[in-house]
Amino acid sequence: MIHNQTMIDQRPAPSNTLGPVAWLRANLFSGPLNTLFTLAGLYVLYLLLVPTIQWAFINADWIGTTRDDCSREGACWVFVNARFTQFIYGLYPRSEIWRANIVFGGFFTLIAWLAIPRLPFKRWVAVFALIGFPIAAYVLLHGGYFDLPRVPTHRWGGLMLTLLLASVGMIGALPIGIVLALGRRSNMPIVKSFCVIFIEFWRGVPLITVLFMASVMLPLFLPSGISVDRLVRALIGLTLFQSAYMAEVIRGGLQAIPKGQEEAAAALGMTYWKRMGLIVLPQALKMMIPGIVNTFISLFKDTTLVMIIGLFDLLGIVQAALSDSNWLGFSLEGYVFAAFVFWIFCFSMSRYSQYLERKLNTGHKR
Amino acid sequence: MSVRPNARPAGHKPPFWRDRAKRALVFQLLLTAAVAVFLFYIVGNVQDNLSARGITTGFGFLNNTAGFGIVQSLIDYSSQDTYGRTFLVGLLNTLLVGGLGVIAATLIGFIVGIARLSPNWLLARLATAYIETFRNIPLLLQIFFWYFAVLRTLPSARDSMAFGEVIFLNVRGLYLPEPLFESGFGLIPAAFIVAIVASIALCVWNKRRQEATGKRIPAGWISLALIMGLPLLITVATGVPITWDVPELRGFNFRGGFTVIPEFLALWMALSIYTAAFIAEIVRSGIQAISHGQTEAAQALSLPRNLVLRLVVIPQALRVIIPPLTSQYLNLIKNSSLATAIGYPDLVSVFAGTTLNQTGQAIEVIAMTMAVYLTISLLVSMFMNWFNARVALVER
Repeated sequence: MIHNQTMIDQRPAPSNTLGPVAWLRANLFSGPLNTLFTLAGLYVLYLLLVPTIQWAFINADWIGTTRDDCSREGACWVFVNARFTQFIYGLYPRSEIWRANIVFGGFFTLIAWLAIPRLPFKRWVAVFALIGFPIAAYVLLHGGYFDLPRVPTHRWGGLMLTLLLASVGMIGALPIGIVLALGRRSNMPIVKSFCVIFIEFWRGVPLITVLFMASVMLPLFLPSGISVDRLVRALIGLTLFQSAYMAEVIRGGLQAIPKGQEEAAAALGMTYWKRMGLIVLPQALKMMIPGIVNTFISLFKDTTLVMIIGLFDLLGIVQAALSDSNWLGFSLEGYVFAAFVFWIFCFSMSRYSQYLERKLNTGHKR
Repeated sequence: MSVRPNARPAGHKPPFWRDRAKRALVFQLLLTAAVAVFLFYIVGNVQDNLSARGITTGFGFLNNTAGFGIVQSLIDYSSQDTYGRTFLVGLLNTLLVGGLGVIAATLIGFIVGIARLSPNWLLARLATAYIETFRNIPLLLQIFFWYFAVLRTLPSARDSMAFGEVIFLNVRGLYLPEPLFESGFGLIPAAFIVAIVASIALCVWNKRRQEATGKRIPAGWISLALIMGLPLLITVATGVPITWDVPELRGFNFRGGFTVIPEFLALWMALSIYTAAFIAEIVRSGIQAISHGQTEAAQALSLPRNLVLRLVVIPQALRVIIPPLTSQYLNLIKNSSLATAIGYPDLVSVFAGTTLNQTGQAIEVIAMTMAVYLTISLLVSMFMNWFNARVALVER
């Protein structure tokens, strides 16, 4: 008795809900107000993009070595080109740049190894990155061992110094931050109040005053006759400052671990350090990675402040190059280049942190 | 089975290093002693170093004559004033750029944050591009960009950019007409205050009446008319007691009017634009944190769309938004210390810069500077705790 044994084919959707026209109507011109916004947005885009593209690409000069090679109608990338080595390595001696290159290569290899989920031996690579690599990098960059000529720290600069400040600040801040976070959650009142005061102090003052303090007051704190390298002073300031922020991130991660975990470990007779090191911290650190990456991004941006106390990081060396009398008037090019480099680093890190957040979220959603 | 093999004999106390309470006590005493020894060591070194350099400690230097000029000051200041006065001038300049920065950053941030959630594809993309561009570039670089690459390349005073012949922009800054108040002007702010008080009273009355009878009048519009209209009415009635001092080009520079120095403009723009990118993200996540069921439930009660936003979504979103928002405000105020890089006379630039270099009183100057920022942080976090306690969800 069944008359119709085949299903009727689906009818195509109405033509006004399909294709680019429908998309435009739904997303850009769905009403008078929206149309107005779209037109205003297009106008703003036109005002911004057209002159920018003309300046940066169409009218720009790319090839040459002196400022006479620039027509001055658009950007003069010749300036960046001529100064490129300095922007990356600072005043590092030209003949020794291979040492910096090895460190760069090792640095990016380690970062990539740790960031790509599929690669094995993460734990050992991480230990090497935190302990072995900094020592090797110091020996290579500073020299004075194995017949390597010494390169004093005041010749270090550029992107190399920026990365160095950020990484050392980070590696130094992590253990201090863990100790501070554990101390802040401690039951011992004196330990807790020391940690709270320490954390809130560094979080309450601007980094620039911390750097001033490191460069002006630190020499007063030490016995007379002992002088500390300017780079080391900046690193101490950065590390202490960063450790307070790190402590708060770690505290957030520790709070996310259910109390039952620690109680269960205590019931098994584990000591405090075993409970923390084997049960709580491994779980918490995993959840803290996005937060740690975010603080690293802000530290990376904050390293530009060291130029105020006279170190030549990427921004500092660009600023110094701008006052070169042979290249006056190219501030826009210099800043755009520096901004581009910083942006690439920060944007990729923030994307990575978002990716991690999504990846780690799945296991912990309740 | 009933006797545990390792059970301690009764009356035998464990050694003190196995007692958790005693161990904690010993550890804390040791820590205190270590910190005390460390501080003692530092204080001793500082005293040795200072006496070796011939610097006397103490705050007496604050009464000495400063002898340097400051380019922008909210209070009367001349180079004959004391170092203590430079502290005040710097502090006020910090608060000025911080306060105006907070206002501008909030405005831009809310607009961009809401635009990012807009159903308009282009608008949402533009807002995303704004956020991703500005929050991923260091603030100091942005300050340099606005100062050295934009404001420092403006034309000289003779070729100023003019906006309607009353506002001028050139390399020396922004020149605005300055209002000069004549007698009888005091009535206008008084009228403004009266209007605000009346509006508050009206809203309270309206709410009570609505609770009692269910009827309400459009109090919001009436208040707006009152606050805008009453001062305007008084202004007209008193014969407009304001004259404008318009800047005029005389020789190589402008005379008269009100000058905004380029250092302030650069710092203010950079701080507002940078912080607004973070505020926009906070606003977006705050609004997205409100579950869609809330909106749907409000719509099911047939509330109009503006009331859904005003009575249901925004109050709940603010609970999520305000804590991170205040910490962004705090960041903005702390970041205003970057002024020292371009020479805007804020606290760090004037006091921890020039005053420190002239007097050499590093300890006192840095301590006072840090104390100011710490006080601001502390006040803001006290407000935060109060606010959190007030708006916290009371769950049963």
